[in-house]
Amino acid sequence: MKLTGAEIICKALEYEGVEVVFGYPGGAVLPLYDKLYDSPIRHILVRHEQGAAHAADGYARATGRPGVCIATSGPGATNLVTGIANAYMDSVPIIAFTGQVNLSAIGRDSFQEADITGITLPIVKHSYLVKDVNQLAATIRAAFHIATTGRPGPVLIDLPKDITIAQAEFEYPPQVTFRGYRVPGRCDSAQVYQAARAIGEARKPVIYAGGGVISSNAAEELREFAEKTRIPVTNTLLGKGSFPETHPLSLGMVGMHGTAYANYAVSYSDLIIAIGARFDDRVTGRLDTFAPNARVIHIDIDPAEIGKNVRVHIPLVGDVKPILKELIQRVEVPDTGEWLKQIEQWKAEYPLRYTNEEGVLKPQYVIEQIWEITRDKNAVITTEVGQNQMWAAQYYKALRPRTFISSGGLGTMGFGLPAAVGAQIGRPDAVVFDIAGDGSIQMTVQELATAVQYNLPINIAILNNRFLGMVRQWQELFNNKRYSQTEFPDLPDFVKLAEAYGAVGMRVTRSEEVRPALERAIATPKPVIIDFVIAREENVFPMVPAGESLTKMVGC
Amino acid sequence: MRHTLAVLVENQPGVLTRVAGLFSRRGYNIESLAVGETHEPTISRMTIVVDGDDLVIEQVVKQLNKLIDVIDVQDVTQAEYVDRELVLIKVNAEPSIRGEIMQIVDIFRARIVDIGYHTLIIECTGDEGKIRAIEKSLKPFGILELVRTGKIAMVRGQKYEED
Repeated sequence: MKLTGAEIICKALEYEGVEVVFGYPGGAVLPLYDKLYDSPIRHILVRHEQGAAHAADGYARATGRPGVCIATSGPGATNLVTGIANAYMDSVPIIAFTGQVNLSAIGRDSFQEADITGITLPIVKHSYLVKDVNQLAATIRAAFHIATTGRPGPVLIDLPKDITIAQAEFEYPPQVTFRGYRVPGRCDSAQVYQAARAIGEARKPVIYAGGGVISSNAAEELREFAEKTRIPVTNTLLGKGSFPETHPLSLGMVGMHGTAYANYAVSYSDLIIAIGARFDDRVTGRLDTFAPNARVIHIDIDPAEIGKNVRVHIPLVGDVKPILKELIQRVEVPDTGEWLKQIEQWKAEYPLRYTNEEGVLKPQYVIEQIWEITRDKNAVITTEVGQNQMWAAQYYKALRPRTFISSGGLGTMGFGLPAAVGAQIGRPDAVVFDIAGDGSIQMTVQELATAVQYNLPINIAILNNRFLGMVRQWQELFNNKRYSQTEFPDLPDFVKLAEAYGAVGMRVTRSEEVRPALERAIATPKPVIIDFVIAREENVFPMVPAGESLTKMVGC
Repeated sequence: MRHTLAVLVENQPGVLTRVAGLFSRRGYNIESLAVGETHEPTISRMTIVVDGDDLVIEQVVKQLNKLIDVIDVQDVTQAEYVDRELVLIKVNAEPSIRGEIMQIVDIFRARIVDIGYHTLIIECTGDEGKIRAIEKSLKPFGILELVRTGKIAMVRGQKYEED
């Protein structure tokens, strides 16, 4: 039977097991929306296409399934760009469908035409402009395969309007073959053996776990590996949840705003076991002084990550999970007794700390309370970007994978709320918190309407200091307190704003109000904004100034 | 050091943009690039000359391999290979000096492919050194236009004595 392109897309999505898509209609995707109207696939109507891409991203990270977003041609498509770049930087599998003008109109600067495959070229894992309806089903199959295998990433499919109207026989290919795309197979056993020996010989080893552990669903293996070898574990921002941060072997986060003991452990180690992490500049600090005495074992599915920033002695290229399984079998257990004692000393000497002052609300205290109240719950935390994100990373101790969702690579302000929408849709039973700042929340606050429409009980905790806090912090430390364009003298009343959207708004100004407000928020079956009015010039410490060595921390 | 990469890619629109875009985005410099269909019409072959140390070249090769449309990447620099480039040069050539130019053309085993009132177009094939030498030799006559194809390269076949 012949189906139209739009019908083929709906059918293909069903074959891929897609239950929900995030999108926004428009002229070029009218035929698709007409078919979605009758489709069992649930469509979540966002309020801005950027929200659709972030929601698909948040959904993918919270569930482990690929996220799907749809936008119309031209401005709809370009509005997705930030979200696609975000997913690319953090290796999140999303599939973006964009409308396009009719094939014959392409290249003529037609109404709402944008060369979206060209615009997104450097920020997609792959992209397609479909020029033949007979290729549509295979293209969608290929897109899902590429997005979800190997190192995951965004794939874009550009759909000229006439392609969605034209008809073709529908046959969904069970698999597609590629001449130029191979997922790395099993890692060479000799390499694993070499790594196992190097680990046995180490005296000051440290595991550095990244987002790859989570996308490989290898948290259990990581835990077994660390416990068997008694090697301490530090994690990246995206690695939060790969290893329980309350575990005695956990060092918490490493890097610019990492814990002092994680930064010391990495800096003085004799062996770094990097697992699904990419030695980002926010992690390594100054490269030429990074971990000068350490040999490096690097486990990663992307061969291009090996040796990109840091010299690697033993590369293990492949999926983290099977490699860890094999490594657990073969590893020689090192003597880490002295090293763990040293680390205990650092932990005692340089803990994360802040001071509660009478009559002032500290952001760290708010995060601690959010952690206390959700630690035993099925909870997902999303964050915005800036001080709110770093305080969340420091004081919210992630215990399980897919519970802490943050924009790491791109650092996208405005990510947290739409990501929370996606996470809550994917995990309806979870308690979802978006930890936000007064700056970030204003970038995508329109998605509050989405949350209200679908009755999503998202809790938005705004750490409100009426500053773009992180930029202000840099200006305080490096620009002589010249607060250029970082102060918001006139913020909206976030309580009234919440109410205007049909959500619930609360304001908290004192420490003792925090807990009751959080309890009330969680019990409220609607989106809630809590406006936490915090100490205005509180800083995130410790901090490694940009371009400095990891050991050159300020404020610890 | 300069490296010569032989890159097999899907013969599809947009592939050249993906490859060129990768180089500019990651800050690598393309010195020359030549592309054309192979004997298998769905596959094109690019010869890319790129400058960089070993670490850079390793990254270039790995990043190219990540592109879905790239089928194979071979750094032929270390292998025994043949490379050629074709150049067309239009020179000033008043009838009185044509003899001199034709001698140079002979020496380089080049060819004259067009004769105008005041000009000649010379076609020459060879490796980089030869192309540079003929260009230098013709310069005194006044080069009006010059176009090069960019280098193409192929690894030599196995020699009989190695069997």
